[in-house]
Amino acid sequence: MPINILMPALSPTMEQGNLVKWLKKEGDKVKAGDVIAEIETDKATMEVEAVDEGTLGKILVAEGTNDVAVNKPIAVLFEEGEDASAVSAAPAEQPKTAAAPEAKKEEPKKEEPKVEAAKAEPAKPAPVAAPVPAPKANGAGVKVFASPLARRIAKERGVNLSAIAGSGPHGRIVKKDVESARPGAGAPAAAGGGAFGLPLMPDDQIRALFEPGSYDVVPHDGMRRTIATRMQQSMIVVPHFFLAVDFEVDALLKLREEMNSYAPKEDGKPVWRVSVNDLIVKAFALTLKKHPNANASWTEGGMLRHHNVDIGIAVAIPGGGLITPILRNAQDKPLPELAQESSNLAKRARDKKLKPHEYQGGTAAISNLGMYGVKHFTAIVNPPHSTILAVAASEKRPVVVGDKIEIRTMMTATLSCDHRVVDGADAANIMQTLKGFVEKPVGLVM
Amino acid sequence: MADNTFDIIIIGGGPGGYVAAIRAAQLGFKTAVVEREHLGGICSNWGCIPTKALLRSAEIFTYFGHAKDYGLMAEKFGFDIAAIIKRSRGIAGQMNSGVQFLFKKNKITTIWGDAKITKPGEIAVTAPTKGVLGPPVEGPKGALGAGTYKAAHIIVATGARPRVLPGLEPDKKQVWTYFEAMNPDKFPKSLLVVGSGAIGVEFASFYRALGAEVTIVELLPQILPVEDAEIAAFARKQFEKQGIKIITGAKVTKLDKKADSVTATIDVGGKAEMITAEKVISAVGVVGNIENIGLEAAGVKTDKGIVVTDGYGRTNVKGIYAIGDVAGPPMLAHKAEHEGVTTVEMIKGLKVHALDKAKVPGCTYCNPQIASVGLTETKAKEQGRQVKIGRFPFIGNGKAIALGEPEGLCKTIFDAKTGELLGAHLAGAEVTELIQGFVVAMNCETTEEELMHTIFPHPTLSETMKESVLDAYGRVLNM
Repeated sequence: MPINILMPALSPTMEQGNLVKWLKKEGDKVKAGDVIAEIETDKATMEVEAVDEGTLGKILVAEGTNDVAVNKPIAVLFEEGEDASAVSAAPAEQPKTAAAPEAKKEEPKKEEPKVEAAKAEPAKPAPVAAPVPAPKANGAGVKVFASPLARRIAKERGVNLSAIAGSGPHGRIVKKDVESARPGAGAPAAAGGGAFGLPLMPDDQIRALFEPGSYDVVPHDGMRRTIATRMQQSMIVVPHFFLAVDFEVDALLKLREEMNSYAPKEDGKPVWRVSVNDLIVKAFALTLKKHPNANASWTEGGMLRHHNVDIGIAVAIPGGGLITPILRNAQDKPLPELAQESSNLAKRARDKKLKPHEYQGGTAAISNLGMYGVKHFTAIVNPPHSTILAVAASEKRPVVVGDKIEIRTMMTATLSCDHRVVDGADAANIMQTLKGFVEKPVGLVM
Repeated sequence: MADNTFDIIIIGGGPGGYVAAIRAAQLGFKTAVVEREHLGGICSNWGCIPTKALLRSAEIFTYFGHAKDYGLMAEKFGFDIAAIIKRSRGIAGQMNSGVQFLFKKNKITTIWGDAKITKPGEIAVTAPTKGVLGPPVEGPKGALGAGTYKAAHIIVATGARPRVLPGLEPDKKQVWTYFEAMNPDKFPKSLLVVGSGAIGVEFASFYRALGAEVTIVELLPQILPVEDAEIAAFARKQFEKQGIKIITGAKVTKLDKKADSVTATIDVGGKAEMITAEKVISAVGVVGNIENIGLEAAGVKTDKGIVVTDGYGRTNVKGIYAIGDVAGPPMLAHKAEHEGVTTVEMIKGLKVHALDKAKVPGCTYCNPQIASVGLTETKAKEQGRQVKIGRFPFIGNGKAIALGEPEGLCKTIFDAKTGELLGAHLAGAEVTELIQGFVVAMNCETTEEELMHTIFPHPTLSETMKESVLDAYGRVLNM
């Protein structure tokens, strides 16, 4: 029987993607595991593997097609002895979503709870074979599929439909989904890839404030939408507070220089190069290991206190956007290893080649704008993280040492905290510990 | 796979079983159906379909009687009961061969005989020992016979049979079940129908239309006990107008059989009443066929004569499933079909939903026809729901008047808070064809708003449906 190959969901929040390239032609023989196409999502470009053996019978979505909905058939795979005449008979009941092995591998990692995971969980009818589509965004130009009755009950109870998963046909939200949703769920809180949130005013009102023709309308890409959604949700839901501390980094810079001078070389080039950011990552990781109550994620059911410190590093992407690949178990990794890993992740992040498990999850994050000469800034916590450290530029400043003014290299770092998880005094203590690691950096290599 | 080994074996070729088999074949399962009497089951052979054929004859006969109302002349008309039955049996035969054709087309194996589950995954089939009307029926060409067969999944779809009440045991001659009632030797002058469910009132309508004296005795205070009380009362009035005698809250305590008549003693609220009729139809419900199929030995849990399932057809024993009448009420063909498909799709691993009994429609083909889905007014109120109720009589509908069928009622029940359509209950001409509109609406979870926004074509009886919805919200137009 011909098998429909469906647009895979490469991450729980993915709703659509761009079919960048077909790597197989119609008529090509395909084995399970063969890479058949490349797909670009809001976060990354990924390879799609075949899950069945057969012949790529018909390509239904041409390469270069943008915004292909998840689960839409993109091609038909023929089993032995079948040909194109069977295409129309390809049963919709037997969908096999093309494999996204990277995404699957990541599932068992229970220590990395994701907001997405909470709501991608189906309402639990009996056996479910077809993937349950992720909830649809609302107000972002993506339609929420819900029955009229479900809509009405949701309105009455104040449930945000975009925050719940539908169990009806094609993921349609039906009455029972709304009734089983916690009343009030739906506040943007519950949404991970969901609500674009509360637009301040309708589009046409905003446009009316400007001369027609005085602006261009640039459509949002997936990454822009994701950033907008997540940051807006975080600012609405997460009670933020910020505290800034100045660190003296002369010793840190010296350590870095010495370490790098010991780096082994290949073809005359050092195999690794520890950056200031790597040292801060290590210092922050060791700090959080000492403050386990802050290395945690808020969930309604209880605090998830993580065993490892997984630090996301914000990487700006050329042409706009950003993504935060995760340095896992940063507390345990020696600096040379951390340095190699972070430079590898950052490079692939800029090339949009990260796989979902490389950027999803994490327990805290670091945003470093030091290279731009920024003196001080604050960052927005990206749940499930509960803190983010905003690292500004290192610069020579006059500093009072004893009763004298001396020139020292200083850096201001600002910690943003989710107050549901971290209290003020905790945060102050964290910054004290961090200061210790940064100013007496021998601890980072021991 | 060996010839005696299948992916799925279905015991029973009724509407549940044969539809499940087709779906299974569509999904690529090697499928077999065990049947001992007639592919298509009671529904095609002795139930839904042949009785509709009988009732159609009765309906046309009734129209003849009203020819003058339509400006027609039909002075001399009559009926030939043998010819009416011949037509009905012919249609049943057509259904039966239709199923045979569908099995062939879908490469479904027929195994002919009585099946018994010997253990999970295995059944023993023996040649049938008797048929409904006497000697065993021969199987279709190409059917496999007695032997041992294996399948990882065994679906029990053995259906139901008429319930037998003590003192009211059918004897095939004077006390009939539906088998004899649809196949009489000669037309009875008078008839006592015990039970006023669908089977009872359909035969009452049929025989009354052709001129028999008909009495219905019902134990409960309401005829058509599962229907909305208002609709049942409406139907009762129509039946009585046609000359059917109806006694409710009454119990048959004794049957005195004479050579050519039966006298029933009926207890009506403590008072004894005697009714003599040529024949008695026992239509006091049906019971699941759970016996002699090896359920007990396999450890399958049953309760009050039905197999206990989980809403997806799964029994407590892995690999054994039950669908249709044998899996419990409502004992209706379309419910069985739906369960069959759901169970097979679940076995395949497709996404399925458990049967929602509240959305199973019911149709009764008496005159007037009755059709309903969802909660009755009484049940909705018992659930503590605040309801909005709409009613629209057929007399306000142009098409109904043009048809000469002004007696009808469409009643809708909404949840006052959410606008959820909780129930729809209709009586009148062709309402069995109308009800699906409300069934679709319910399954799509529409509220009154979408129904009001829907354009119902004019002139049709379906306009009564929209008017009823409008009436529930005080917006009725044509009344």
